[in-house]
Amino acid sequence: MAVTGGAAMSDASKQFEYLLRLGDNALVLGQRLSAWVGHAPVLEEEMATANVALDLIGQAKSWLDLAGQVEGEGRDADWLAYHRDAWDYRNALLVEQPNGDYAMTIMRQFLFDAFHLPLLEQLAASGDERVRDIAAKSVKEVRYHLRRSSEWVIRLGDGTEESHRRTQAALDELWRFTGELMAADAVDQAMVEQGLGADLEPVADAWRQRVDQVLEAATLERPGEQWMQQGGKQGRHSEHLGYILAEMQFLPRAYPDARW
Amino acid sequence: MYSQLVDTGAKGKPSREGMSPEEAAFQDRIDQDITVEPRDWMPEQYRKTLIRQISQHAHSEIVGMLPEGNWISRAPSLRRKLILLAKVQDEAGHGLYLYSAAETLGVDRQELLDALHSGKAKYSSIFNYPTLTWADIGAIGWLVDGAAIMNQIPLCRCSYGPYARAMVRICKEESFHQRQGYEIMLELCRGTEEQKRMAQDALNRWWWPSLMMFGPPDGESVHTQQSMAWKIKRHTNDELRQRFIDQTVPQAHYLGLTLPDPELRYDEESGHWQIGEIDWSEFWRVIQGDGPCNRERLGARVRAYEEGAWVREAARVHAEKQAARRAA
Repeated sequence: MAVTGGAAMSDASKQFEYLLRLGDNALVLGQRLSAWVGHAPVLEEEMATANVALDLIGQAKSWLDLAGQVEGEGRDADWLAYHRDAWDYRNALLVEQPNGDYAMTIMRQFLFDAFHLPLLEQLAASGDERVRDIAAKSVKEVRYHLRRSSEWVIRLGDGTEESHRRTQAALDELWRFTGELMAADAVDQAMVEQGLGADLEPVADAWRQRVDQVLEAATLERPGEQWMQQGGKQGRHSEHLGYILAEMQFLPRAYPDARW
Repeated sequence: MYSQLVDTGAKGKPSREGMSPEEAAFQDRIDQDITVEPRDWMPEQYRKTLIRQISQHAHSEIVGMLPEGNWISRAPSLRRKLILLAKVQDEAGHGLYLYSAAETLGVDRQELLDALHSGKAKYSSIFNYPTLTWADIGAIGWLVDGAAIMNQIPLCRCSYGPYARAMVRICKEESFHQRQGYEIMLELCRGTEEQKRMAQDALNRWWWPSLMMFGPPDGESVHTQQSMAWKIKRHTNDELRQRFIDQTVPQAHYLGLTLPDPELRYDEESGHWQIGEIDWSEFWRVIQGDGPCNRERLGARVRAYEEGAWVREAARVHAEKQAARRAA
């Protein structure tokens, strides 16, 4: 499917695609974050990281269940999470990037949260009641995620020479994955037209404003204009996603007749 | 759970004769079930014993996150993943309250962590066993949390107030965890042949180590009497172990599983399940560092701590800069 794809799809399948994007972003990031549990730099961060991961996986479950309903083929969140291969995943490239050091994890989280919050704020006023309900619940959680990740970016950017260097390196590394978040394609446009989805332009404005403000407080330098990697939203992923799924899906794949 | 060999500095039964007037007055208050609070006078050995016990318990919660954390990424459904993640998060929370309870006795978390990382402080031997299949997550919830609760319910009435209050909170969460563990086992035992095999294999591996969680037999537990006199401990190791066995054997039977003990039998006269000999050499081996995962567990904690040093340092320096900016 081309980056601008989705033009030939039915309304229901565009909705399905759109809901997969919401669910898959939350699921893949939640999966990544949960790998820190037991290994975080300080006990309070074990709690906070687990908390954010719990919120995200809970949100993923809601979005994917709704995606399954919209699709109408009897697939639920578990089926969609555990039985799709990478090419059928619709998360942005940013969230599948490796955890790296704590600066990388925090920066990935911040760049995503700064997008996720204004997105959900719009979805909380969606014309579709089901979308509105999930978004309204998620927005409260994500407001906290963004506050936390902003504080950490500032703390690490402003902290020591080492933490500043690591955090700047994380920002430079991840910047190329940020454009995709706010690049609207035919699916996004159709969802705006149907009154279900969010207009990504104001989301991008809110994102830029927040990012500039936090980077300044963190004494970090915003990377220059550069090529933005894209494709995750349309199912063309980095090499990382296959490994994430291989691990996550192992049991239901290895024991297809089992219930857990 | 999770304190197995707490040195009280005294062996055998304490006697009133050698006590100073302060110690005698302290013991009187304990005997009257008056709770000891941080500002109260207490014998140095009582304070040290509690620090050892509470910190062992806290370390066990933190190290205990690792074997279960090993399956978060592979939990077989989103619901199971959420439950497991929340459970491991609760353990981090228990670690936090327990370190805080220990801090009321005049130590700080840093000292306690240093003792863990250097290998000086102990944690429960149970966490030095590997989690090899999903059924291990069920077995840990059912057996390990079950044994922990058996140990911890009496600690809710421990003579030291902050510890007793922490335990009340912890016990509520642990009993929830135990039910979730048993539910995993139930689902497996009602499932496919492979799932039943997984459940049986997990029980085979976790049964004996769970029994060892209660610590050495009463005859060898030299510190028990002093701890009981201080009401830090309310029951002996063997009493608690027997209660756990009596509770758990019927649960295993209900699951349709076989306990890995050919000598297990029900004694009509006493009304108790009697087990075969526990292999105490295994217990001592694991306590002394040669369990299957001792190196991995401690190594993972030390690595997390060392790799997180720059993060903690950055947070400290940033806080100082903020304070200076506010002052300016």
